[in-house]
Amino acid sequence: MLTLEKRPSPSRFWAGVTPILAVILTMIAGGILFAAMGKDPVEAILDIFWQPLFGDNADYFRAQLLVKAGPLVLIAVGLSLGFRASIWNIGAEGQYIIGAICGAAVGLAFYPADHWYIFPLMVIAGALGGWAWAMIPALLKNVFGTNEILVSLMLVYVAENIQSWMAFGPLRNPEGMGFPGSRNLQQYPAASNPELIPNTGIHWGVVAAAVAAVLAYILLKKHILGFQIRVAGQAPRAARFAGVDPKHLFTICMGISGALAGLAGLFEVSGPSGQISTNFNVGYGFTAIIVAYLGRLHPIGIVLAGLLLALTYIGGELAQLSLGLPSAAIQAFQGMLLFFLLGLDVLSNYRIRVKETRK
Amino acid sequence: MKRREFLAATAATGTVLATGLAGKAMAAEPLKVGFIYLGVPGDGGWTYQHDLARQAMEKHFDGKVVTNVIQNVPEGADAERSITQLALAGNKLIFTTSFGYMDPTINVAKKFPKVKFEHATGYKRADNVSTYDARFYEGRAVIGTIAGRMTKTNKIGYIGTFPIPEVVQGINSAYIHAKKVNPDVEMKVIWVSTWFDPAKEADAAQAMIDAGVDVIMQHTDSTAAMAKAQAAGVYAFGQSSDMIQYAPKPRISSIIDNWAPYYIQRAQDMLDGKWASQGVWMGIGTGVVEIGEITDAVPPEVKAEALALKDKIASGAYHPFTGPLNKQDGSVWLAAGETPKDDMLSGLNFYVEGIQGDLPK
Amino acid sequence: MSLGGIDLVVLIASLMVASTPIMLAAIGELVAEKAGSLNLGVEGMMIIGAICGFIAAVETGSPVLGFVAAAAGGAVMALLFAFMTQVLLSNQVATGLALTLFGLGLSSLLGQGYNGIKPPPTPKLFGSLGDLPVVGPIVFGHNWVVYLSLILVAGTWAVLKYTRAGLVLRAVGENHDAAHALGYRVRTVRTLALMYGGACAGVGGAYLSLVRVPQWTEGMTAGAGWIALAIVVFASWKPWRVLLGAYIFGGVTVLQLRLQAAGIAIPVQILSTAPYLITILVLVIMSARRGRAAQGAPASLGRVFHASH
Repeated sequence: MLTLEKRPSPSRFWAGVTPILAVILTMIAGGILFAAMGKDPVEAILDIFWQPLFGDNADYFRAQLLVKAGPLVLIAVGLSLGFRASIWNIGAEGQYIIGAICGAAVGLAFYPADHWYIFPLMVIAGALGGWAWAMIPALLKNVFGTNEILVSLMLVYVAENIQSWMAFGPLRNPEGMGFPGSRNLQQYPAASNPELIPNTGIHWGVVAAAVAAVLAYILLKKHILGFQIRVAGQAPRAARFAGVDPKHLFTICMGISGALAGLAGLFEVSGPSGQISTNFNVGYGFTAIIVAYLGRLHPIGIVLAGLLLALTYIGGELAQLSLGLPSAAIQAFQGMLLFFLLGLDVLSNYRIRVKETRK
Repeated sequence: MKRREFLAATAATGTVLATGLAGKAMAAEPLKVGFIYLGVPGDGGWTYQHDLARQAMEKHFDGKVVTNVIQNVPEGADAERSITQLALAGNKLIFTTSFGYMDPTINVAKKFPKVKFEHATGYKRADNVSTYDARFYEGRAVIGTIAGRMTKTNKIGYIGTFPIPEVVQGINSAYIHAKKVNPDVEMKVIWVSTWFDPAKEADAAQAMIDAGVDVIMQHTDSTAAMAKAQAAGVYAFGQSSDMIQYAPKPRISSIIDNWAPYYIQRAQDMLDGKWASQGVWMGIGTGVVEIGEITDAVPPEVKAEALALKDKIASGAYHPFTGPLNKQDGSVWLAAGETPKDDMLSGLNFYVEGIQGDLPK
Repeated sequence: MSLGGIDLVVLIASLMVASTPIMLAAIGELVAEKAGSLNLGVEGMMIIGAICGFIAAVETGSPVLGFVAAAAGGAVMALLFAFMTQVLLSNQVATGLALTLFGLGLSSLLGQGYNGIKPPPTPKLFGSLGDLPVVGPIVFGHNWVVYLSLILVAGTWAVLKYTRAGLVLRAVGENHDAAHALGYRVRTVRTLALMYGGACAGVGGAYLSLVRVPQWTEGMTAGAGWIALAIVVFASWKPWRVLLGAYIFGGVTVLQLRLQAAGIAIPVQILSTAPYLITILVLVIMSARRGRAAQGAPASLGRVFHASH
């Protein structure tokens, strides 16, 4: 009989091998799916994993990989801190929206003035907006003990309604012919977040994601807060004895994840997306939860997971183009990839042992 | 596709033969036309109709035109990337089929001056960007007339999505023409704040029915409201697609978005080398706005009246917004005989006199 | 009986219909969570139920078989989740999200060719009794699935509270190590609980595609699964509160549309935000009143169970 035996610490070897194994298995399972739909499986897999990196126009796609992964990584890094301490902020989508709205509102308040400080102010407003939105579940939890999963999730829907109101009301472009949606910040240089180095896809959001990942790494390794986070997650009772104030920790973790989600929203609205519209948000806040776990809540893992997920998005579109695969097939394929990645993780945390069955 | 060329070359081994084939392929190179969709063809509404038109275009040109599609593209950053992908993949004509693709389309068009772009429902154009839209309000005038005649409770309903000009035009047009044939008519508008949520659409229809509405018009795309109308024995109209499966009752007619004539025309322009940037707003006359079959549930004289109105609009003899018309607040919008300019109409943001309730702001 | 132009009887009858899908999904998820498994894939299981039920009903002409197929489809999805989380010990939050993504994609693939078809109607159970004044629409005016959902809530409550099976299930959810030491099969219990949850979510999804809408449209659950998850927490894991939560939520949604129909001018954004704000408000009041200790969450919820011996 096969049994699992927990490893004292995760195996470095398997931690490195399982993602590769998972991708290979997904290729096989996905290939079967595509073949069943009458599409050439080899070409589909190449389109998804190879073409964006090394195929035609790979320069463009590699840059887009960063653009797509940027917000995912930025949000996921913030969430991972809370998740490690068993603090369940699953409303990053809402914090992302509010951050974008606050940042864009500050920028548009100056329109059409041109000052160097407009964009920095927007960045601060974006982070504050996300932070404030995350403080609602944090306060309710600390004062009343209200469950943060539900409150943060509900606040996503509230944020979506605020976004719709903003797009139709206060932030509506006065020159927009009566259509909803704010002015396009890409066309307002003082408030825009352009590509910093041409054709690399690197904008301030990508830089922020990289910085956040590095800081999170240092925080977890060196800082007392990182220690507290790890202890609170692994042994809540021990954490109390170690002098961790759970309320304090809760506020800090929610605040960090909210601020980073807000920043992601701000960089997105002032950069690649351009405007607040009724459907500005596209689910990054939820996808980032998957990214955080795929990356095993580790900053480096999160960067890699974000890039991998971005690859399947971009490659998936290429497969739609060249093979006429429906987007649903790509969604199912992504689902499979996640299952394999998550499922095979068992190998790095556990040993498989053959045991005699006890009679 | 580098890989394919490589495979072809090795398979042929005789290099002369290989180059010969390649040369021939170049000569008969079909026109590549790209599409990006906000939803999936399975939505049965907006995207479905664009996809039907795409297929009709492909069929019409019988191999001279091939199409590429990317579905489910959110508006914003993803749209810009997807449109670029279409351009990079060698599509020479690209249709971007949602309002939110406007700025991304313009951005990509700057980078690909040789590629032609067609943006649906927007207002920004460039040398290589055209816009196209449909005068759905013309269709609303026809079904508004039918609705005004068919209601017994004198309450007709309109399921609105978002208060954008297109929807406001539709509500006004339907109301004006219902009122014209039935002065006692009252219009109830429910805003569902979504383009797509079948369950909510069904609830909205039920709420109207319970409030005494017996003819339902909708701007949302699903047949959810239709099913409720059937259960309650009231009338409704197909939207976007024909929804003929609900004929002859509750579906007594429909407004169909038929983009095929336009897509075929523009592809033909490309093949002829005659494509030029333009902004078109097409109505019943062009076949882009179609009125689905009016069923036998409608008395013959009402049907005849509706068809006569349709013909008058199609020929250009009648504009659905012809004065005298007042705004909701009673102030004059159009003097007797006056019709609005398209610029004014495309930014319409108020109700006409007689409609109850506030237009959400 | 009418208030501000809204007929209360009709309002109650229609909110029962609007609440049924989320109530079904929520009562199933409640059982799964009571056993200690947090499955965020409700939306994915619902949409799979919606399409499986639709296909089966259209192909066989029997809505009953449709609902059976929907339950089976949802349960199979849940089984996948159970395999991932109970055998491969994967993280439950991420696996649930992946399940939703997978379910949305798979359902669209399965549903190709089923657009624009009318499913066979699901009849009302009590026929003309539904025409009685007041009690008619509310008590007798529904189809059998509405009654089934109510029976499931009552049944779930009774089983959890009074039976040995319920006791075992709660024990597993509260402290899986202790339950294991007592000789209970933690994984088996959780797998069964998850499958019950999947089956309920599937039936809830099919209620959308076969009764409430009724048609198949890709992505038609439009977030109902997330609401169901919220209702479980809102209900603090008590079956009767699931009923209450689903009716409050469904009620506010229906009410805001009816307020518009009655011509009462309240800004649309406030109306459509109301269900979420009210949910938060009720939750805060409940948690404030009962103090922070008694949120009612199963102690082992979401934690990985691994028996080392």
